[in-house]
Amino acid sequence: MWRNDAMAEAAASGTSRHRWSIDLDLKTVAPFVALGLLLLVGGLTNPNVIGIGNLLNVLTRSAFIAITAVGATFVISAGGLDLSVGAMMAFVASLMIMFMNSGVIADPAVMLAVAMIIAVSVGAVCGLINGLITTVGRIEPFIATLGTMGIFRGLTTWLSQGGAITLRSPDLQSLYRPAYFGSVLGAPVPIVAIFVAAGIGAFVLYRTRYGRHVIAVGSNEEVARYSGIPVNRVRTVTYVIQGLCVAMAVLLYVPRLGSTSATSGLLWELQAITAVVVGGTALRGGVGRIWGTICGAFILEIVGNIMLLSSFVSEYLIGAIQGAIIIVAMLVQRSLARRS
Amino acid sequence: MSAERPTRESEPPLLRAAGLGKSFGPVEVLKDIALAVRRGRVHAIIGENGAGKSTLMKILAGHLAPSTGTLEIDGVPVALTGPVDAERRGIVLVHQEILLAPDLTVAQNLFLGRELRKGLVLDDRAMNARARQAILDLGVELDPNAVVRNLSIAQRQLVQIARALLVPHRVVIFDEPTASLTPIETEALLKVIGDIRTKGTAVLYISHRLPEVKAISDEVIVLRDGRLVAARAAGELQPADMARLMVGRDVTKLYPARQSVWTQEPVLEVRDFSVAGFVSNASFQLRKSEILGFAGLVGAGRTELMESVVGVRPGRGTVKLDGAPVHFADIRDSMRAGIVYLSEDRKGRGLLLGQILRVNVTLAALERFTHGLQIDRAQEREALDASIAEFDIRVPRRRMLAGELSGGNQQKLFLAKMMMLNPRIVIIDEPTRGIDIGTKQQIYNFVVSLTDRGCSVIVVSSEMPELIGICDRIVVMRSGCIVGDVSGRLMTEHEIVMMATGATSEEAALVAE
Repeated sequence: MWRNDAMAEAAASGTSRHRWSIDLDLKTVAPFVALGLLLLVGGLTNPNVIGIGNLLNVLTRSAFIAITAVGATFVISAGGLDLSVGAMMAFVASLMIMFMNSGVIADPAVMLAVAMIIAVSVGAVCGLINGLITTVGRIEPFIATLGTMGIFRGLTTWLSQGGAITLRSPDLQSLYRPAYFGSVLGAPVPIVAIFVAAGIGAFVLYRTRYGRHVIAVGSNEEVARYSGIPVNRVRTVTYVIQGLCVAMAVLLYVPRLGSTSATSGLLWELQAITAVVVGGTALRGGVGRIWGTICGAFILEIVGNIMLLSSFVSEYLIGAIQGAIIIVAMLVQRSLARRS
Repeated sequence: MSAERPTRESEPPLLRAAGLGKSFGPVEVLKDIALAVRRGRVHAIIGENGAGKSTLMKILAGHLAPSTGTLEIDGVPVALTGPVDAERRGIVLVHQEILLAPDLTVAQNLFLGRELRKGLVLDDRAMNARARQAILDLGVELDPNAVVRNLSIAQRQLVQIARALLVPHRVVIFDEPTASLTPIETEALLKVIGDIRTKGTAVLYISHRLPEVKAISDEVIVLRDGRLVAARAAGELQPADMARLMVGRDVTKLYPARQSVWTQEPVLEVRDFSVAGFVSNASFQLRKSEILGFAGLVGAGRTELMESVVGVRPGRGTVKLDGAPVHFADIRDSMRAGIVYLSEDRKGRGLLLGQILRVNVTLAALERFTHGLQIDRAQEREALDASIAEFDIRVPRRRMLAGELSGGNQQKLFLAKMMMLNPRIVIIDEPTRGIDIGTKQQIYNFVVSLTDRGCSVIVVSSEMPELIGICDRIVVMRSGCIVGDVSGRLMTEHEIVMMATGATSEEAALVAE
């Protein structure tokens, strides 16, 4: 099921089974192998780790980062970077809750629907702003999104006046609750959401003209330009996709806690980027691996989970372990690249 | 084999290779190479793309370890541990690719890693002075404070050569140093090579330009399919013999016989076209089914003019297509109008080197391969197969990266990619730069065949023989201006050099020789 595009293609062409195809697969499969090893180690330290209940729980909790990271895969594949996603999440969620608290629409269902549309629209606009600053404004994405990160975070702090913004209406709360805690055909909604986001993402990135353009732009912007690809548009749209993914995460986040504060979504950007890189997407652009990203997000979550359940290492070290993971992932990626 | 060659020198060769071979996995790239490099001699190494020249050079310069065979320096067997080790032993490689730090100045690049110091601080004055002299030695004047990013490719190449020659050297390996140089710069470089040879340095020289090889080398070593097929004194060989040895067949007819099919009807008219800083008030006409050449020195503004006409670079002026004024604000506009431009920089602007062949070949015309939302990969694969057959692209396997192809095959893939757009006007910039003679012939045949299909072609090239060989008419540019055009019997190197340099007839005759 978690078949990467390149693998699917190698299988489809089926003509050549040389060593190179094994090498190529190795790179795309690496994050899944790493996950397998982690589960093995985890299972040895505490059998509860690989219990189906625990795994579903971990997957559910990885949803915010996984979905956000699907967007980040697009941005990074095209050679960009978005540091603002955590702050953007807090900002969009705050606006959504404030709208629902405003009571301008009496009917809770209609109110919820409109609030969701607003969240998605605001996410898209935030992404569009990031995209336009980097492309039309020609500012390095690192700096541009560092700036908007400050702006989104500051606006959130201002909106909440330094405190929390909480969804007040009990009707809305109970109506919205299933969007995170409910399940579809036995699968928790967040897990379904991960697969929907990743499925659409994989289709767009691997199967459509736009996705091919993303890879081309990330591979070599000049070649893309000389091939008649609208480079700026392609880049800008990756940020819009990122904004939409953040909005989708918000739609799951709000029913879970019903509240935001100035510290909501803190360091999400780093986790999302880590998930993308651990999943095998090249930070320099030109390679995008959606399912690898999902795997990366899951790895980040399961590591914390194993630490919690095994009590070998203090759970306060989770950040340090995640930091180590990204470095190890890069080292592994590079050694694999050298081999092929 | 070495016994056949003259062994006047009693001293052992500076560098000797015996039974040298190299395999990458199951692929044998080099097999059983034996050669002896001697003091004060120029050994030219020639061969088609993929013959193994670059691999051999990389082994000799310590970048690659041989799979079989031995290397001797001064008669003592050595195993080079890397390029630094080789350099320490006096073996220097001048790379074909430009390997300079683009944001540093010329002097900073020359002394990168071996900066001169005065106490604790850098001695910029001394480095600038020595850099200026080192470049002057190559017959060129260049500001040592100029930032490399702002230099032309030819100038960067010269900086790279100057950098290599700065270290104490006994054997200097040049990997196609003149591929991007103009005749005058080439002349200067050949003189430099002559100078260092006189000083007792041994030179290994890779080039596709056979007259050049004939002119400077003492010995010509020919590689074909990874084997050494001949090693002869340069005096015994004419360029035509070299070509035959390289290709394994007769290639005297490099340029296709061709009957001009052009009509008077202009398809593309450019009038009073200017590109800020590069071109001023250029006007020319391209007629239907014509092959129009653009000659000029590097930096004359030919590339900039073409890029601007197709809309990939801003410019000002009138462009008419079939008599109707058009404005290409973007390269997509000109593509839609049926004009394609193939950049001289096929690695940097032509192909996605890190992507597979299929992705490259369909990139510019992806619309044709999209049905509904999806790209039709089966159709893409068919198109790739068709291109491989039509352009004779030599690919060991379909799913390889464009960057893994040899230069000639990359150029063919690039052609195939742009032809997917079914253009009616094709503009090719330096169509055969760094490409072996067999592939050149194929590319010329292809360009000529375009006009039979009713295409009109513009060829921008620094190689005058090829312009003369395939063009109906040649426009000459000098310092951003079109200085005239030649056709028929006036299409001679002499005439073109005179126009391109503004030199007198006698000076031009010297260069054209």
